[in-house]
Amino acid sequence: MPFRTEPMTVNIGPQHPSTHGVFRLRVTFDGEVITEVEPVFGYLHRGTEKLAEERNYVQVVTLTDRLDYVSSMTNNQAYCIAVEKLLGVTPPLRAKYLRTLVAELQRIASHLIGVGFFLQELGTFGGTPLMYCFRSRERILDLFEMLCGARITVSYLRPGGVFSDAPADFWPALDAFMQVFPGELAELEQLVLENEILMVRTRGVSPLPLDVAVNCSVSGPVLRASGLAWDWRKEDPYDAYDQVRFEVPVGTNGDNYDRLWVRMQEVHQSLSIVRQCVAQIEPGPVRLDLPLVLRAEAGVEAYGRIESPRGELGFYLVSDGGISPYRCKIRSPSLLNLTVTEHLLVGWKLADMIVSLGSVDINMGEVDR
Amino acid sequence: MYGLQMVRGLLVTLKNLRRKPFTVQYPEERLPQHPRFRGEEFVWYEERCTGCASCAKYCPLGIIKIVTSPSGAALPQGEKYKLEVFDIDISRCMFCGLCVEACPYDALFMGSGFEQSRYSRLGLVIPVKQLREAEKRPSTWFRPQLEGTAYNPHQGQPLDWKQVGRESWRWHQREKAGMRLAPDSEGDEKSPQPPFAKGGLDGSSTGGAP
Repeated sequence: MPFRTEPMTVNIGPQHPSTHGVFRLRVTFDGEVITEVEPVFGYLHRGTEKLAEERNYVQVVTLTDRLDYVSSMTNNQAYCIAVEKLLGVTPPLRAKYLRTLVAELQRIASHLIGVGFFLQELGTFGGTPLMYCFRSRERILDLFEMLCGARITVSYLRPGGVFSDAPADFWPALDAFMQVFPGELAELEQLVLENEILMVRTRGVSPLPLDVAVNCSVSGPVLRASGLAWDWRKEDPYDAYDQVRFEVPVGTNGDNYDRLWVRMQEVHQSLSIVRQCVAQIEPGPVRLDLPLVLRAEAGVEAYGRIESPRGELGFYLVSDGGISPYRCKIRSPSLLNLTVTEHLLVGWKLADMIVSLGSVDINMGEVDR
Repeated sequence: MYGLQMVRGLLVTLKNLRRKPFTVQYPEERLPQHPRFRGEEFVWYEERCTGCASCAKYCPLGIIKIVTSPSGAALPQGEKYKLEVFDIDISRCMFCGLCVEACPYDALFMGSGFEQSRYSRLGLVIPVKQLREAEKRPSTWFRPQLEGTAYNPHQGQPLDWKQVGRESWRWHQREKAGMRLAPDSEGDEKSPQPPFAKGGLDGSSTGGAP
């Protein structure tokens, strides 16, 4: 008869330094081994969908900033694309390029946060790699401040374009960033991806089989790490993604290392997209001449989706002819990526628990909405 | 087994010993802010304001309170309303700047500071008196007419109401002269500048052309 210890249930969170935001995990251990996981969320629920029904179409842009607060630009983008589909308008070409550019910068910033906190959860002493990531992210946030006056809650995009063109000094600053950042990225990669200790901790840990990932509607880097090249930027190009060339990095095993590796490779692809946008962008209008208070026809429905840094982010809007959406449903990638928590954690040890959770890179603002 | 990696790790440490810190010691050292920064000290020009309350209607949170009354002074253009209350409750403000976007007369601007702290929530309501007397250093957010000039909210003189309006903006002057649709005869389109150096003025104006 094998030796079994008394199962023990431990609550991690909702206020815990190692959870991503206000999130609670009820975990049952048999000794060191996890036997049962129950994620409990909803602590950060702010009712964004309901609030959106009381505000007009442009005002909702400010609410979407607060969904996934480490990638506000892509939230704006998804919402604006949904409203544009609802109204049946297309933004001008320069606006499309600017949107692509800021979305890719935001993807870099968001993946840096994802990678940095993943390493933090591996127990890197004093957060050194995290600070490497924050150093580069700081430069991107500076660029955002130059563009739209805010660093996190940007509200830069508007239905029908972007609110204003980039100031003249933005382009030299972007150039300077593109000069400095590849060096910093190489330094980070050398520190991280070639690290023997990191490989031992992450290779083969918590693999996510592709069929489970697909069945659970997982999207984004987590799905691609499991071996499926599925990216909405390729499958259904929005904004200027049909004008730029990039590759979709794909992992093989779907373990923690692959998820980290896919994010690092995506940063390289994003850099290449930013370069192409700067080369291709042409002067022109950046915003359609739409009224401040928009009205869509009654009974029209639209679903706008993008590939956010965490996966497929979609906004489903229904109009009743009024100045605000009748219904606004948000399909948030973090929530659906959380559904595989059990597959990731059960059978693994306590020390891998937070690491595997961190490798999914969830954002509680988006999970609870 | 990890010996080589340890040495490599320590080499990184050695390399960083010679580097300057990337962080700044905030209260003593300050990073430059960009002119578009959406800050707290709202700038309001009473001379330009008509009391239309567009800003109050457009605020997603409804934190601007405006009360007007007919002033009684019969101006040739019509009656001007007198503003009795113009309060901005910045304790609930999220600095999205939509009020500035909604203002049709360039009367309201975002501020450039971020260091408002008070002991009570009431202290965070900016009353009309404080808005009148404050030093006017508007942010250039959503005000392209300020961006074309070399104005920087963190240096130089505060601006008075005559300097901030759209009427001094060359696109606006062309628009007034009925030249809105005509392409720029100065050859702006063929200028040898890089394509992105043209800035926001061109885009937003031609975007308005029917």
